Amino acid sequence: MDKVFKALADAGRRKLLDQLRLRNGQSLTELCEHLDMTRQAVSKHLRRLEAANLVVTQWQGREKRHYLNPVPIHDIYERWIDKYERHRLSALAELKRRLEGEDR
Amino acid sequence: MSKSRFVYVTYIRTTPEKLWSALTEDAEFMKRYWFGVHCQSQWTAGASWKMVHADGSVSDAGEILEADPPRRLVIRWRHEKRPELKAEGDSLCTMEIERSATAVKLTVTHTIERESSKLIEAVSGGWPKILSNLKSLLETGSVVLQDPYPSAR
Repeated sequence: MDKVFKALADAGRRKLLDQLRLRNGQSLTELCEHLDMTRQAVSKHLRRLEAANLVVTQWQGREKRHYLNPVPIHDIYERWIDKYERHRLSALAELKRRLEGEDR
Repeated sequence: MSKSRFVYVTYIRTTPEKLWSALTEDAEFMKRYWFGVHCQSQWTAGASWKMVHADGSVSDAGEILEADPPRRLVIRWRHEKRPELKAEGDSLCTMEIERSATAVKLTVTHTIERESSKLIEAVSGGWPKILSNLKSLLETGSVVLQDPYPSAR
């Protein structure tokens, strides 16, 4: 999970993930068109994202295509949000109910 | 690009054989991580395949194109319920299992020969939850998410 957070702790890499979210399966050349970075920088960022399993690559013909893999982010969501959010939301609802009840 | 495709990868601390069984013949196990859904098939090339929900309804059907246990499974998959998804016709779902240093790598690829596919959009919402549950169930013996599977799918 350290790798995921380190990979996400960079605006350029988050932008790359945004690009793949917009259009999945782009090649390095396509990704470079939308980003204000050198090809080398984009390539390096992609390797970091791949090492964190946030990007998966597949060869199609002679082109290497990049896919956003949301599974590690989903694991983070489950660990910290899904489990606790329900309780927090019900606590907020209870607070609202009490405060509004006292007003009347 | 003429294709809509997603590729999901997860690493699970288990054996390829256990993972294959969890993805295929073990229907009761499947129901536990797939929100009550299970898939029915003989799991050999040419066999029919269908996805059965807890109420007995079938949302998706097709056939097994390739079955190479415990490595590779390819399903011709079409949606049967929602008209706009059914109209898109056949998609291909490929599951690949590879042993890596400390775990087993599961790659799920789902493709269809059309741009901006609604089917691919619909199934891609479900896979991360299913894969998280599958990982958790194989590694710890319990699932994380208990929500019912969205009935629209």
